[in-house]
Amino acid sequence: MKDKEFKQAHLLGIEHLSPDDIETILDTAEAFIEVSTRDVKKVPALKGKTVVNLFFEDSTRTRSSFEIAAKRLSADLINFSASVSSLKKGETLRDTVLTLEAMNPHIIVIRHAASGSPYYLTTFARSAIVNAGDGFHEHPTQALLDALTMRQKFGRLRGLKVAIIGDILHSRVARSNIILHRKLGNEVSLIGPPSLVPGEFARMGPKVYYDIRKGVEGAHAVMMLRVQAERGAKNYFPSIREYRNRFAITREIFSLANRNAILMHPGPINRDVEIDTTMADAEESVILQQVTNGIAVRMAVLYLLKGERNETLH
Amino acid sequence: MKLFIKNGHLVDPATGHDGKMDILIEAGCILEIAKSIKKPSAAETIDASGLIVAPGFIDLHTHLREPGQENKESIESGAKAAARGGFTTICCMPNTDPVNDNRSVTEYIIARARKVGLVNIHPVAAISRGLLGENLVEMADLVEGGAVAFSDDGNCVMKADLIRKALEYAKMLDVPLIEHPEDHSISGEGQVNEGFISYKYGLRGILNAAEEVIVARDIILQSRIQSRLHLTHISTGGSVDLIRNAKKSGIRVSADATPHHLLLNEELTQTYDPVYKVKPPLRTESDQFALVEGLIDGTIDCIASDHAPHTRDDKNKEFEYAPFGVIGLESSFSVIYDRLVRKKKIDWKRLVELYSTNPARILNLSDRGQVKPGLPADLTLFNPDGRFIIDPKTFRSKAINCPFNGWKGQGKITYTIVSGRVVYKAD
Repeated sequence: MKDKEFKQAHLLGIEHLSPDDIETILDTAEAFIEVSTRDVKKVPALKGKTVVNLFFEDSTRTRSSFEIAAKRLSADLINFSASVSSLKKGETLRDTVLTLEAMNPHIIVIRHAASGSPYYLTTFARSAIVNAGDGFHEHPTQALLDALTMRQKFGRLRGLKVAIIGDILHSRVARSNIILHRKLGNEVSLIGPPSLVPGEFARMGPKVYYDIRKGVEGAHAVMMLRVQAERGAKNYFPSIREYRNRFAITREIFSLANRNAILMHPGPINRDVEIDTTMADAEESVILQQVTNGIAVRMAVLYLLKGERNETLH
Repeated sequence: MKLFIKNGHLVDPATGHDGKMDILIEAGCILEIAKSIKKPSAAETIDASGLIVAPGFIDLHTHLREPGQENKESIESGAKAAARGGFTTICCMPNTDPVNDNRSVTEYIIARARKVGLVNIHPVAAISRGLLGENLVEMADLVEGGAVAFSDDGNCVMKADLIRKALEYAKMLDVPLIEHPEDHSISGEGQVNEGFISYKYGLRGILNAAEEVIVARDIILQSRIQSRLHLTHISTGGSVDLIRNAKKSGIRVSADATPHHLLLNEELTQTYDPVYKVKPPLRTESDQFALVEGLIDGTIDCIASDHAPHTRDDKNKEFEYAPFGVIGLESSFSVIYDRLVRKKKIDWKRLVELYSTNPARILNLSDRGQVKPGLPADLTLFNPDGRFIIDPKTFRSKAINCPFNGWKGQGKITYTIVSGRVVYKAD
């Protein structure tokens, strides 16, 4: 495979990537898609490198996706799971990471409930850091796999309209997607109740809509976000019933989008909450393709970071 | 024992001094102030040429952490930090362990402060027992024991009725209530100022309104009671407007702002560095400017540091899990002098009002905040041209969580004198 210029030491967020970086990751991912279709799904690209999956939040899909990605690159992978509550009681994140670092890993993939945690790691760790989701902040590999899925469908990543519907305020998926598509000059619309979509989000470039019909109109990608019942408990909306009536995607609303539109969801989906169950299984739904692309994108990210340790620090 | 300070430029708005004066101190009190005093025999002499001599600085909002959290700070280390920062009098907040909600804790703090013997330390007692916002402390007993004010500080009383009763009862005692205005139902688990930056960086926000609804509530209650109400660490332009209007309509209210809210803003929280995590949060640049306006026009009466020491480990963690608070005793004066006085936003006279005259008035400390024969000789001497660097290695505080670390400029404390005794002298 032809190596492209990729100068990032970490993947902390889409915020730090240039449009060229994004294209490089997606091109590399395309090349890795083929690997996953082989009988022997393995290349020796990261042989001898160690990847640590450091997950402080429950996450089966992202953790598994990184695990499969690392293994298909022939890296050695260890999973370190700790609930945030046990971390709060005992060892600090810093001590946990320093302990892992003493085992000389090359890449640490971190998922953490506190926004900014991956940045914090870079202040004292020598491994390459990959953000697998930090608080409400960013989830860069999700936005990249979403972009790959869109590029496969539309053959391009520019001149698109992306509609994101749901709990924008608490969504790292939304933030990474907003940043990515604004960097590429795409139109982004955010849709949800004002309590979950503060108007200030417009300063990041998107348009804010409280009416799903208006926001979805003409969109190439309709991206639903998972609705957490706990937001209802905190009165961000009165009930799941009312939320569903106004913001769930149905066939009727989806028909307002571009005629080639795709329906996306980062998962796990709540059938008949934010997504009408028939829509989840509809032809336009690319939800499972997103999962498949997740592996290729994560392979690309791990591959491009090469697992080069920064030995100059300290 | 005599102390003779010669050739200094005395600035004291309370007595109207603004010029070169010699000062003679005997037995801890000011004996004489005159254009030229013949050097008395057997007096220690400070040549204050080129220095400003001001009534000792007063910080009415600090946390000394003792009793209970001496790993963060102690009365001794806090007093040393205060002396180095030019403060001759400081007040310490009641959120210790145990809480200062009873006379024995107040008396313990005073006894410890006497033993340390560096600067005057006045305890601020809790408004409610256990800082729980339910029942009033024994206010009169606490005042007799030495408490100079009441505050639930970070546990801002949510029940308007309790604040009403506290204001009414404290009127009899003529002591101020110091209110940290924060509606917890609005601030919730917020981490930083709510707005574009909190949204972009995925941090829970604290709306301006969390502060302003309490400022408004307290002003409305106070308009009828006219007790002594002091609003501490005001952080928003909206609060400044509310206080300005209240003062115009004759409502008895005073306010302070911190150096960090006056000189820093929310842009810094984009780094996820917990050293910038503080309550109230660093606000927007326009709030910052509104605070400086309020400082200039008299809406804000004084500067307080809200010195909140934490251990290195406390602050070396994920932003969300780090505690709120910054230290400020050793940086307060220098950063304010450099950024506001040298930049000609305020003059020397106003500076001394903010650090000395007004806090003495707010706390009802009639023998402090002025330089007058017969009064205790609490003096702060500073060199307006002296260069400073805020360097955590030089702190006398146990903590280093100062958002001004690395700042440089001019305006340096040279002597801190408490009751005629030099408790700090710059190297």
